[in-house]
Amino acid sequence: MENTALLEVRDLRVEFRTREGVAKAVNGVSCTVHAGQTLAVLGESGSGKSVTAQAVMGILDSPPGFVTGGQVLFQGRDLLTMGEEQRRRLRGAKLAMIFQDALSALNPVMTVGAQLAEMYQVHRGMSGKEARARAVQLMDRVRIPAAKERVNDYPHQFSGGMRQRIMIAMALALEPDLIIADEPTTALDVTVQAQVMDLLAELRREFNMGLILITHDLGVVADVADRIAVMYAGRIVETAPVHQLYEAPAHPYTRGLLDSIPRLDRKGQRLHAIKGLPPSLTAIPPGCPFNPRCPRAQDICRTDRPPLFPVAAGRTSACHFWKDTLDAR
Amino acid sequence: MRADGEAIGEAILEVRDLVKHFPLTRGVLFKKQVGAVRAVDGISFDLRRGETLGIVGESGCGKSTIARLLVNLERPTAGRIRYRGQDIGKLSGGALKAVRRNIQMVFQDPYTSLNPRMTVGDIIGEPFDIHPEVAPKGDRRRRVRELLDVVGLSPEHINRYPHQFSGGQRQRIGIARGLALRPEVIVADEPVSALDVSVQAQVVNLLERLQEEFDLAYVFIAHDLSVVRHISDRVAVMYLGRVVEMGTDAEIYEHPTHPYTQALLSAVPVPDPAARQRRERILLTGDVPSPANPPSGCRFRTRCWKARPKCAEVQPLLEVPSWLEEAGGPAAHPSACHFAEERGVVAGA
Repeated sequence: MENTALLEVRDLRVEFRTREGVAKAVNGVSCTVHAGQTLAVLGESGSGKSVTAQAVMGILDSPPGFVTGGQVLFQGRDLLTMGEEQRRRLRGAKLAMIFQDALSALNPVMTVGAQLAEMYQVHRGMSGKEARARAVQLMDRVRIPAAKERVNDYPHQFSGGMRQRIMIAMALALEPDLIIADEPTTALDVTVQAQVMDLLAELRREFNMGLILITHDLGVVADVADRIAVMYAGRIVETAPVHQLYEAPAHPYTRGLLDSIPRLDRKGQRLHAIKGLPPSLTAIPPGCPFNPRCPRAQDICRTDRPPLFPVAAGRTSACHFWKDTLDAR
Repeated sequence: MRADGEAIGEAILEVRDLVKHFPLTRGVLFKKQVGAVRAVDGISFDLRRGETLGIVGESGCGKSTIARLLVNLERPTAGRIRYRGQDIGKLSGGALKAVRRNIQMVFQDPYTSLNPRMTVGDIIGEPFDIHPEVAPKGDRRRRVRELLDVVGLSPEHINRYPHQFSGGQRQRIGIARGLALRPEVIVADEPVSALDVSVQAQVVNLLERLQEEFDLAYVFIAHDLSVVRHISDRVAVMYLGRVVEMGTDAEIYEHPTHPYTQALLSAVPVPDPAARQRRERILLTGDVPSPANPPSGCRFRTRCWKARPKCAEVQPLLEVPSWLEEAGGPAAHPSACHFAEERGVVAGA
């Protein structure tokens, strides 16, 4: 692991200005990814994990979305203050994204070969023929059977798993330094999910890329991540190396998530559900945003917003009672 | 769910050799059948009073078609579904209506399965319009309030519309509607897969509580193997329109004998990073073949690492393999494989 951060997000803030009011989707997120490292961003829908990724990539729908503060340092340069043209040249070449739904992320009226080749033509100035040859290589690389014959097929002619491979191929085309994968396997069946995650992990090792894996699936995270950042209501509430987080979570929300999932390897009794619902982003409760659902909530939680307390080396938790939470196992 | 995992009570639903083919046609004016999607291709099982039968499988394996057949939204191409001895495929009119009252469904998507123009009170009360004998007109509002309370929603919200509720709350509304007629069987097709993790547990707990309270039998269909294990007494694993293995939750999850079940279980990510090294993963190659043109013999053979010539020629039946039956123990349960053999793939805790 290198000392210089590949990507450093500092106090990022994003809001959506809608008719119903201002939705504060990201409220001061800071995180760091190093080369060759996999950071999992874990959260439920509405926690701000995808919006964070979109802001980093510079593909936020604006309006209604606005980045209202913070820095996104990629290899030391702030992406947010960079010109659009400069940023466009980095996208794809240096940092790339894999989306959840390959069918809507790929162009339905272009063959997959043409879409892959376009990357080389635009960014590398290759000829059409050269680019096409590279596209076939790439499809081979992500193990699409009979790549040569299928290069002229359209996205709808592929199965879900194969389409996701094409998305991965596209993200990898220019050998970027960082890949952001937003729920890359959520739409896939488990046996296909296993194939795709294995492929992604293998390629990440091979190219020594940094990977940000955005997901709600605690199982997928346990399988591939080095570090985890847990998000809730637009904030990171806990960060930790993967083993430590599962062994002893330092935030009651993380604890609640781990307790609420049924396990394949044991037959449990009643599940310990977290009561209530995630807050609306237009009306985030004062103090700790998790306090209305938290079994540990005290008066201080309803008034004082907890910062990310350092809990141990490489671990932080935004809970006033992180110590009690850690000890409570 | 019963703690001892034993099935209880008499069989209220008997499914025998159930088949559903959807015709593939060509031509506009003179439609000609050119083939058929064999969504469900010969399935038999019993559902007993008060038990939960889990059905798992990947997309396209026919599990949702079974749900639609059970509630008679589709008519079977062949085979029988008997509810308390009556073949529901042969019923019509009043007799069919009476059976339908007792087999209700909960749908996957809480966003599209509730009419956005109807209030919650009307949605949950609508079953009473169709089956007026269950609740006299003057009593319906009260019954709806009661149902809201039973599923953990505030009875004051009776005049609200679906969009005013969250996904988890909407799923509770769908469950309340399913309960309205006091059915014996609830067919739940992916009832929690659209929900967030923290909300999913609430709904699973609710379903378990209601089962005890009303002595319901569930057919619980899902692709999430962990949820199915949690809630089911017995589990059927489906692949391409057929059941490949069936048994109690412990038999299937701890002593699987069919290669597909083993591969499926080994592919599920377990939320325990320490298990990363311990686990052995069976990676299947390729995709599920098309149900319009399934492989001959064993349908899993094109992806199976054990496949031999016999698998292409002879279709394996879902029965207890004789060599496993002799040995006895939990591996002796129905498995449709010529070379069934126990292999633990779930790292036990």
